[in-house]
Amino acid sequence: MPLQPDIVDQIVRIVGEERRVLIKKTDLLSYGYDASFGFFVPDLVCQVKRVEEVSGIAKLANREKIPITPRGNASGLSGGALPIEGGIVIDVSLWNDVLEIHRDDMIAVVSPGVITADIDRAAQKVGLMYPPDPSSSNVSTIAGNIAENSGGPRGLKYGVTKDYVLGLQVVTPEGHIIRTGGRTIKNVTGYDLTKLIVGSEGTLGIITEAILRLIPRPQATISLMAVFDDIVQAGYAITNVLTSGILPSKIEFMDQASIWAVESYRPMGLPINAEAVLFIELDGHPLAIRDEVDYVYKLMQKTGALRVQKAETSDQEEKMWKVRKLVSPAVARHKPTKISEDATVPRSQIPSFLKRLREIKDKFDIELVVFGHAGDGNLHPNILCDQRNKEEMKKVEKAVAAIFEAALDLGGTLSGEHGIGLMKKSFMPMEFDQFSLEMMKRIKQAWDPNNIMNPGKIFPKPGDRLVLR
Amino acid sequence: MEAQENVYLKKAADLTYDCVRCGYCLPSCPTYLTMKTETQTPRGRINLVRMAAEGHITVNELSVPIDLCLGCRACEHVCPSNIQYGKMLELVKGSIRYHKKQTSSPLRRFCEGFVFKHVFPSKSIMNKLGSFLWVYQKSGVKKVVHMKPLRYLLPKKLELFDKGLTEAKPPFRKNDGRRYPSISERPALKVAFFTGCVMEAVFYRINLLSIRLLQKVGCEVVVVNNQTCCGALQLHAGEEELAKEMAKRNIEVFEKEEFDYIVNSAGGCGAMLKEYDGLFEGDPEWLERARHFKQKVADISVILNKLGLKLERVLSYRVTYQPSCHMTNVQKVTKEPEALIQSIEGIEFMRLNNPNLCCGSGGIYNLIHFEESMHILNAKMSDIKDTKANVIVTTNPGCLLQMKVGIAKENLHDHIKAVHLVELLAEACEITENRWI
Repeated sequence: MPLQPDIVDQIVRIVGEERRVLIKKTDLLSYGYDASFGFFVPDLVCQVKRVEEVSGIAKLANREKIPITPRGNASGLSGGALPIEGGIVIDVSLWNDVLEIHRDDMIAVVSPGVITADIDRAAQKVGLMYPPDPSSSNVSTIAGNIAENSGGPRGLKYGVTKDYVLGLQVVTPEGHIIRTGGRTIKNVTGYDLTKLIVGSEGTLGIITEAILRLIPRPQATISLMAVFDDIVQAGYAITNVLTSGILPSKIEFMDQASIWAVESYRPMGLPINAEAVLFIELDGHPLAIRDEVDYVYKLMQKTGALRVQKAETSDQEEKMWKVRKLVSPAVARHKPTKISEDATVPRSQIPSFLKRLREIKDKFDIELVVFGHAGDGNLHPNILCDQRNKEEMKKVEKAVAAIFEAALDLGGTLSGEHGIGLMKKSFMPMEFDQFSLEMMKRIKQAWDPNNIMNPGKIFPKPGDRLVLR
Repeated sequence: MEAQENVYLKKAADLTYDCVRCGYCLPSCPTYLTMKTETQTPRGRINLVRMAAEGHITVNELSVPIDLCLGCRACEHVCPSNIQYGKMLELVKGSIRYHKKQTSSPLRRFCEGFVFKHVFPSKSIMNKLGSFLWVYQKSGVKKVVHMKPLRYLLPKKLELFDKGLTEAKPPFRKNDGRRYPSISERPALKVAFFTGCVMEAVFYRINLLSIRLLQKVGCEVVVVNNQTCCGALQLHAGEEELAKEMAKRNIEVFEKEEFDYIVNSAGGCGAMLKEYDGLFEGDPEWLERARHFKQKVADISVILNKLGLKLERVLSYRVTYQPSCHMTNVQKVTKEPEALIQSIEGIEFMRLNNPNLCCGSGGIYNLIHFEESMHILNAKMSDIKDTKANVIVTTNPGCLLQMKVGIAKENLHDHIKAVHLVELLAEACEITENRWI
């Protein structure tokens, strides 16, 4: 249902600049997608730049019961930024005027549209680090990362977005401007609303400013690569490293299908008869990591690695990680559609999860490639398919369900870092009993009595099921 | 006609399915940087192509964001899914061209067709244009036009371009068919020189200097007779058939003799020549000939770098390099021009903060979309000013002209000059177009 002209006029008045209010058809169609599946066209897009604008629009929308969907750069993988009930998309991507690094407090204060990697780059200039590094960090906005509680390879050692958000400014669905948390590391004053907002997927409010924790930047890194002829053995190697007293900054994983894909795309000299390759990065003091890398090297050999290779120079290190980066384009060449899942298991269950994934691949006769972060149990099984092939997509839907079942069986969770959004909401009752879900719904009801804020996300409606066709 | 419009659109839409909508292309896109909406991003355009193919929007609606795309292809460079954005863009432009041919006025159709079919490809017309510019510049007419108050009669847009044009082709010079011997003791290579249409007419001097430099490094240089425009301007306007004609003619004339390389000093032309094979899918004979042709195409910086240019003069400039988009994203030549600049003694090289951002020239984009182009140029000029360089080096005529426009626009002529890489190298080798070494 298109918005009444007087609503559009009121929004233009709130924003004060007509060119930041988009209602042309080609513009609206351009805000109907993100990096997940699904396509939903909004009725209006507003490119906000001040908190008063957001508050004004929220008040108007709440009064008129118009859905609002907050959006950053729409690189999310679970549909969080999709306006599935139409209405207003609040685009914060142009709002990037504040990026302050306070070195003495070791914090950053940022506007919602600041690009994640820019925060880390600014921190680097004064010897600090903002650790969360989702692979989209060169394009994703910080508000999007906070709403989805994004992870990344460094999550293994440093944790994820929620571990770095100290305080927020948020506009509630009723249009109130509130503050949560603050600028201190320790803060137990009142309920921790900061943590509630982080990962709430845009269903409780619109993030308009964030205070982030920074840490000292490690002085050096060193990397090694280990090749295995048995995928499950590679899983044990991960467990062995993690229980050795050494915590690498990254452990990344590639299975045989991804090795083949890379070798046929751009030959890098990987052994094609191998079943798995691990890439391990250690960071810290140069002397300490030199010692640690030797230990990990021997540990890999002891766990049955066919070959272990240490990157001695920064050139070698760069080349090693380039192989890992090639996986995505290499597998994408194969089939047009890539369904990237992020079901996650406890670290000790990595070998079992790998075994279950192999069985699922055979049972449903799908092309399943497993690569990505491994050390934190957040394996990324990717299903390669063709969206246009309806029969194939039916099989894929079943395989996705089987992957979730396997992860939950092993004590894991539906999503490690992508979020529930639209894609996984029908599986929520698999992970939560009725009352656990009910408490979440009550929180939503208290914050958003008219259900205007990103409606249709996270909570399943009766009869909801995963549809990829 | 209607059918052809849909054939192109459907082929283009087929390429969009590779897009996973990750958005990694957004920061690389100059029009996203300046126009600030998703509609003006590679991901947005790819989506709208699909929307048009599925009938949700008309070809007319699609043409707005497509026309505003510079075609710099920086998005291809960063795309993890290897989308063939350039190919998709050509196909969409073909579709839009067919659509507009049906709906635009006969006069407009005639004019556009005439320019693409008869002006750029025609040596004699381009020569006359060059001659006109030469007379304009040398005769004092330019000075008269530039006198106040006459200057105010010139529209702002033309005034800027006028300032950018500096060295047209003198009417009595003929280059086609000439052979230039190697002047090195050991002749190394026999190369054919591709002149290009705009390059030869407007920057004739740079072509001559290029030939001199090639001779110096030991190349025998042949300016092949009857060569024509590379066809890029036609293809980027959606005139695929015309581009094919140009390509066939060039392939034919360059096949007449055996060469080690076909050398050019225009990043955009070189990119087009290197993609000739893309024009002949489903035509095995021409595909084979195009492949043979493209393997020999090389930018002058690659040849000079390979054979080693001996430099004679110390130049104390602070230099920055604005790479041509098609040099970087299509030809994938990035190291050689920088290496050559840095090999000159006395030069302080300052890399741009964002070298891969297009300068806004985009072939004839700056003529058609003047305002949009100037916004992109502003971003580029602010990056250039931050380097405090006094020389901007480019490797493509469009970029060179745009840089000159940028300098004129910001009144920087007293502090900064824009040159082609070849000009800088010639200066370092004490070569001029008139004086023999």
